[in-house]
Amino acid sequence: MADTLATTGSYQLLGHPADLSGHVRTLGPLPTGSSPAWVDSFWSALGASGLGGRGGAAFPTSLKLGALNRHPGPAVIVVNAMEGEPVSHKDKVLLNRAPHLVLDGALLLAQASGAQRIVVCVPIGRDQVAESVQHALSERDRVAYSTIPVTLVRPPDRFVAGEESALAAWINSGRSLPTHRPDKSIPLRLGKERALVHNAETLAHVAMIGRFGAAAFRSRGLPEEPGTMLITISGAVAHPGVVEVACGTPLRDVVARANPTSELRALLVGGYAGAWVAPHHFVTPYASIPLRTIGASAGVGVVVALGTDQCGVCTTARIARYMASQSAGQCGPCVFGLPAIADDLHQLSAGRTDVQWRDRIERRLTQVDGRGGCRHPDGVVRMVRSALEVFAAEVVAHQAGMSCNDHVDTAVAR
Amino acid sequence: MSAFRITIDPVACDAYGYCAELLPEAITLDEWGYPCVNGNPLPDELLAAAKRAARDCPRRAVTLQAKESAR
Repeated sequence: MADTLATTGSYQLLGHPADLSGHVRTLGPLPTGSSPAWVDSFWSALGASGLGGRGGAAFPTSLKLGALNRHPGPAVIVVNAMEGEPVSHKDKVLLNRAPHLVLDGALLLAQASGAQRIVVCVPIGRDQVAESVQHALSERDRVAYSTIPVTLVRPPDRFVAGEESALAAWINSGRSLPTHRPDKSIPLRLGKERALVHNAETLAHVAMIGRFGAAAFRSRGLPEEPGTMLITISGAVAHPGVVEVACGTPLRDVVARANPTSELRALLVGGYAGAWVAPHHFVTPYASIPLRTIGASAGVGVVVALGTDQCGVCTTARIARYMASQSAGQCGPCVFGLPAIADDLHQLSAGRTDVQWRDRIERRLTQVDGRGGCRHPDGVVRMVRSALEVFAAEVVAHQAGMSCNDHVDTAVAR
Repeated sequence: MSAFRITIDPVACDAYGYCAELLPEAITLDEWGYPCVNGNPLPDELLAAAKRAARDCPRRAVTLQAKESAR
C-alpha cells in the first residue's frame, strides 16, 4: 500500500473505515518499536515529510519532537481536539470518522519520545466526539492494541482553552490560562512530565506518515507545503461542512466544493483569527506562504463565504465582539484593547463615527498587536486590518452614516 | 549599545506604570496604562535605570534579557 499511496496520489485522511478492525485491515498494522533505529527512521520520515502542525501555527512537527527529546525525563503526549474556533469542525469530523488514525499518531509519537501515557482533550459539550473517542479506546483495549494508557479529559469549551500552554495549564491546575513563553523550544510540562501537545489532524498525518512514509504524504500538496488538509467551509454556501483537499488548492476551488449560493463578496480564511480575502485573490493557493504574501494567514483550515448581500463591516464587528469576549482575561492589551476595537467597529456598523475614528482604530490595532501572552489578540488585529482593506468601500459608506445594524447575517453562526 | 533589551511579561503586568516612570526613554504606556517596549537593545547609559525598573516592578513583569536568548 505504501508504494500505491506514493505513486497514485491517493493519500487521504478521511474515507477509511472508522472501526478498529476496518482501520487495520485497510491501512495495515501500526509499525511499533522503541529501538533507537526505529526512532531514528520515524523521526527522519517525519522530517522528510515536511509536516507542519495543523492547529494554526504550522510549526514543523519533527522539530517539535526534537525540542522535546532534547530535554530528559518522563513525557506525555497530549491530543488537542479542543477546536475552540467556532467556524472549525475538522477535528470533530476527524475524531468521528477516523479516531484510530488520531490515536495511532499519538501512539507513534509516544514511542518516539518515550512518553508513558497519552491524554486526549475533548471539550465539555462535545459529547458525540467524546463518545467516539471512548468507543475507539474500548475497541483498542479489547484487542490489547497498545500498552500505553490513554485517558480522555474534558476541558471547558472556550476559544483560548485549546492554546497549547492554556491546555497544559488546565490539566495542571484546572484553569485554562495561556502562559507567557518567550522561548517555545522549552517543552510544556504536566507536573514533572514533558508534554508534547499536538492538534488532532496533525496526529492523523503522523499516523499516515509512520505507516506509508514521507513520499506518500508528499504525493499530494505543494513541494513546500505537502500533504492534504481538512477545511471547514461555511457561510453563503449550499453544502457547508468539512472537505479534505491537497494543500495549496486555490481558494476558489476550495469554496466551490461547498457550492456558493451567491456571488461572493469575500472569504474569511483561517478562522476568526485569520483574514478576509477579496475576490481578485481567490486564485491564491490555500497554503501559508502564498496567503502570507497577500497579508492573510492559513490559520486553521477554515473558509467562511460572505455573499454580496452581506455586509463585511457588520460581520467583522460581530466577530471582533466575540473574540473580545473570548480573551483569557490575563493581559491588559487583550482585556482592554479587544473590547475597545470591537466598540470602534460597532460604532462604524451603526454609522456613528466621529472624525478621529480611523486614527483611533488604527492606533489601537497597533497598540494591541503582539502584546499578549498568547497570540489571541494578534489574530484579531490581522482579521480587523484585513476587513478595513477588503471592505474599504463599506467602511467609507458607514463612516458617512450608513447603518445596517438591523440586517440579518447568516455568515457567522455558532 | 548594551547587550540587553527589555521584555514585559504581559500576563504578569498589572499596569502599575512604575517602569515607564523610571525609564521613559524606553518604555511608554498605552491608552490603558500598560507598557510598550520596542524590543531594541538598550543604550549603555540607560542600563542602570532599566535595572531599577526591572527591580522595582511590583509584579516582576519587567525583565532585562540578553539579546541572543528568546526566540
